[in-house]
Amino acid sequence: MPLYYDDDQTMLAETANQFMAEEGSTKKQLRHWRDRNCKDGFGHGLWKQFAEMGFTGMLVGEEDGGLGMGQVEANIVLEEIGRNLTPSPFLSSSVLAATALNHGSNDVKGRWLPELVSGDKVYSVAVDEGRKHRPEKIACKAEKSGNGFKLTGRKDFVVYGASSEMIVVAARTSGSDSDVDGVTLFAVPQDAAGMSHDSVRLVDSSMASHITFDGVELDGDAVIGEVDGGRDVLNAMLMAGRVGSAAEGVGVARGAMDMTVDYLKQRKQFGKVIGEFQALQHRASHLYSEVEIARAVTIKAAQLLDAGSEKADLMASVAKAKVAKVAGLAVREGVQMHGGIGMTDEYDIGLYMKRDRALQEFLGDQYYHAGRVAELSGY
Amino acid sequence: MSDSDLETFRAQTREWLEANCPTEMREPVRDEDDVYWGGRDATFKSDAQKAWFEACRDKGYTVPAWPKEYGGAGLSPAEAKVLREEMSAIGARPPLSSFGIWMLGPALLHFGTEGQKQKFLNEIARGEIRWCQGYSEPGSGSDLVSLQTFGEDKGDHWVVNGQKIWTSYADKADWIFCLVRTDKANKYQGITFMLYDMASAGVSTKPILLISGNSPFCETFFDDVEVPKSYGEDVPAYVGEVNRGWDVAKYLLGHEREMISGADGGDRTSAIGAALTRANGEIDPVLRAELAQFDVDALAYAAMGEKFLDEIKVGKAHPAQPNMMKYAGTELNKRRHELIMAAGGSTALEWESEETGGGKPSRGWLRTKANSIEGGTSEVMLNVISKRILDLPGA
Repeated sequence: MPLYYDDDQTMLAETANQFMAEEGSTKKQLRHWRDRNCKDGFGHGLWKQFAEMGFTGMLVGEEDGGLGMGQVEANIVLEEIGRNLTPSPFLSSSVLAATALNHGSNDVKGRWLPELVSGDKVYSVAVDEGRKHRPEKIACKAEKSGNGFKLTGRKDFVVYGASSEMIVVAARTSGSDSDVDGVTLFAVPQDAAGMSHDSVRLVDSSMASHITFDGVELDGDAVIGEVDGGRDVLNAMLMAGRVGSAAEGVGVARGAMDMTVDYLKQRKQFGKVIGEFQALQHRASHLYSEVEIARAVTIKAAQLLDAGSEKADLMASVAKAKVAKVAGLAVREGVQMHGGIGMTDEYDIGLYMKRDRALQEFLGDQYYHAGRVAELSGY
Repeated sequence: MSDSDLETFRAQTREWLEANCPTEMREPVRDEDDVYWGGRDATFKSDAQKAWFEACRDKGYTVPAWPKEYGGAGLSPAEAKVLREEMSAIGARPPLSSFGIWMLGPALLHFGTEGQKQKFLNEIARGEIRWCQGYSEPGSGSDLVSLQTFGEDKGDHWVVNGQKIWTSYADKADWIFCLVRTDKANKYQGITFMLYDMASAGVSTKPILLISGNSPFCETFFDDVEVPKSYGEDVPAYVGEVNRGWDVAKYLLGHEREMISGADGGDRTSAIGAALTRANGEIDPVLRAELAQFDVDALAYAAMGEKFLDEIKVGKAHPAQPNMMKYAGTELNKRRHELIMAAGGSTALEWESEETGGGKPSRGWLRTKANSIEGGTSEVMLNVISKRILDLPGA
C-alpha cells in the first residue's frame, strides 16, 4: 500500500481540515472554554457536530452503526485536531474506548456504542496508576463478588474522566501486579457507587481525573472481552491510542511550524525580515525535515495497524517516540523564534507548547517508547 | 499490469535468478574487488562474477528499467520493484555498478538525442565504457556554478583547460561527463555538459589519499584537451544545449541526492541496536539509550524513504524533497557510524586486522563523514529547503 492518501482519504482530509479550521479554532473552542473555566474542558456542541460529520463512530463497525473505517482515517481527523488545538474527547472516546468496546460482546456493544456514535455520550479510559504510563503493571483490583466484581484501587491521568458517562478501566482479576495474564477490562458507568473523581485542570487546559474506586460493585456484564484475558484488548486499545496521539502530535508540530514559518516572513528586525537570516533558516529547514519524517512514520504505523501486521506494535512505539521528539522541537523552536510575543498568552504558539506537553505524556513519553523499541528489537 | 500478471512475472523472475545467479554472487560484497564496474580495462575477479554479469547484460538486467533498444529490459516500475525485491531476497549482488547507470544514463534519458541514447546508453548497459563525473573544482565546491574549467570555441571543437577535483574513480574511468564553462560572461547560462574520452591528449589524473586510507577520488587536470563537438550524426558531444549544461547538472544533482539519501532502504535505514548489542556483548545503559533513540530515528526515516519513493512514482513529491532526504539520510548515517564505533570499543579502532576485515568499522566511519559534503553539503541542502520549500526570503 503506498504511503500517501487515496482519493477517499484525501477527501476526508479536506473535509476535516475545513471543519476543524472553522469550528474547532482556538478562538471558538480552546480559548472560549478555558476563559469560562469550563469544567468539561471541551464543548458538547462541537462533539455533537463531530457526530454529524460521522467522526465519532469512525472506528465503530457498520453493523454497530459506525463507519467501519480504520486508523488511517481516524488519524486524518486527529492530525487536524492537533493543528487547530481543538479540544474534544475524540481520542479518548472514539479511538481508545471505541477500540476496546469493539472487542466486547454484543451486549456490551449494544449498551455503549450507539450513544458514542450519536455523540450523546463521552467515554474515557483509565489505565495509568501513578505519574508515568506503565501499563505492564496493573495493581487496581477487581475481586469476584457474587455474580460480579468489586473494584478497588486508584487510576490517574484519566483524560476527561469527570465528563464521561462511562470509563474503560483496566483492572487485575488474578495474579500479581506485573503479570501479563489476569487483567480484565471493565466498562464502569459514571454513576457507579464508590467511584470518586478528583478532576484537575492540566497545563493545556484539558481536564483529567484521579479516580478512586472504593469497593465499586460491578455486574458481570461490565466485562469487556474475557475475564483474565484482557491484556490483548488493552494492547489493541493502547496501540490505537498511541498511533492516534502520534497523529495528533504531528498536527501540533505542523501547526506550530506553519505559524512559525509565517512569522519569520513577517517580523522585521535590523531592517530585514528575520526569515532572511540563515541562522533561522537552517533551524526552520531542519524542523521541516523532521516533521516530514514524523508524519511518514505515523502514516506507516496506522497502515500497519489497519493491516493487522505483526510490526504494528513496534512501529506504534517508533511513531509515538519520533513524534514526541519532533513535536517538542517544533514548539520549542516556535516559541523561541517568536521571541517575546511567543511568551504571551495572546499568541497561539504558547498553546501549542502546552498541548504538546500533555500529549507527550499521554500513553507513554518518548523515553518509554524508545525503551520499548529497544526491548521489542531484542536488546 | 494486473496483480496476477505481476505475480507471474515474479515467479518467472525467481526461476530466472535461480538458474542464472551463481551462489558466489549471493554473498555480501566484502571489498572493492567484489564490485564489477565494467569499462575498457575491466577484468573479472571470478568466473561467477563474469557469468552473472553476462547473464544480466543479455537479459537487459544491468539496467532493467531502461528501454530495450538502449540495452535495458524495458521493465515497468512495478516490475522493476519485483526484480529488486527478488534479487534482495536471495542477496544477489548488483551485476554492474557504474556512474553511467546512476548518473549519466538518467540525464541522457531525459535530455539526450536519439543518437546519443543509442550509442552511450547501450555502451553503459553492456558495461563497455566506465564513466566518471567532472563537477567540483578546487575553487567551486558548494558554489559549483562558479566553476572555471574553460572550453575555448575553435569551430568544430573546443580546447578545454582547467582542473576538477573529487572526481570519483577518474583514474579508472574511460570517459567523463564534465561541466565546462563556454561563456565567461554568463554565470548560469554559460556552462556546457560535455562528454569526452579520458584517453584524450592532455587529460591526467592524480588520486587523493583520504582519511579513510582509501583513494576513491582524484584530481583531474585538463591541459589543452581537444574535445570535438560531435561524435557523428545526431551524437553531439554535449548533453542538452551548449551553454545550458547547468539545467542538466541540476537535474542530475537531484538524482545524486536521492541516491546518497539511501531512500531506497538497505543498510542506511535499518535499526542497529540489536545487532550491535549481539556483536559487542555488554552495552552501557546510556549507550543503549542512544541506540534506542537512533533506532527510532532510523525506522522513522525508513518510512519516510518509502513514502518519498511512493510519491515520486506518482508525481506527488515536492520537487525539492530530494534535498530534504539527502540532508536527513546522510546526517543519520553519520550518527549510525559514530554508534558502531562506540559499541565496537577498541576493536573498532583496528586499522588492519582480520577480525575487522581490514579496518572496516574505522574506515567506514571516516568515509561517512563525506556523506554530508558530497553531492551538496548539509548546509546547502538546508538553504535549498528554506528557499524552495519553506519559501523563506533571500536564501
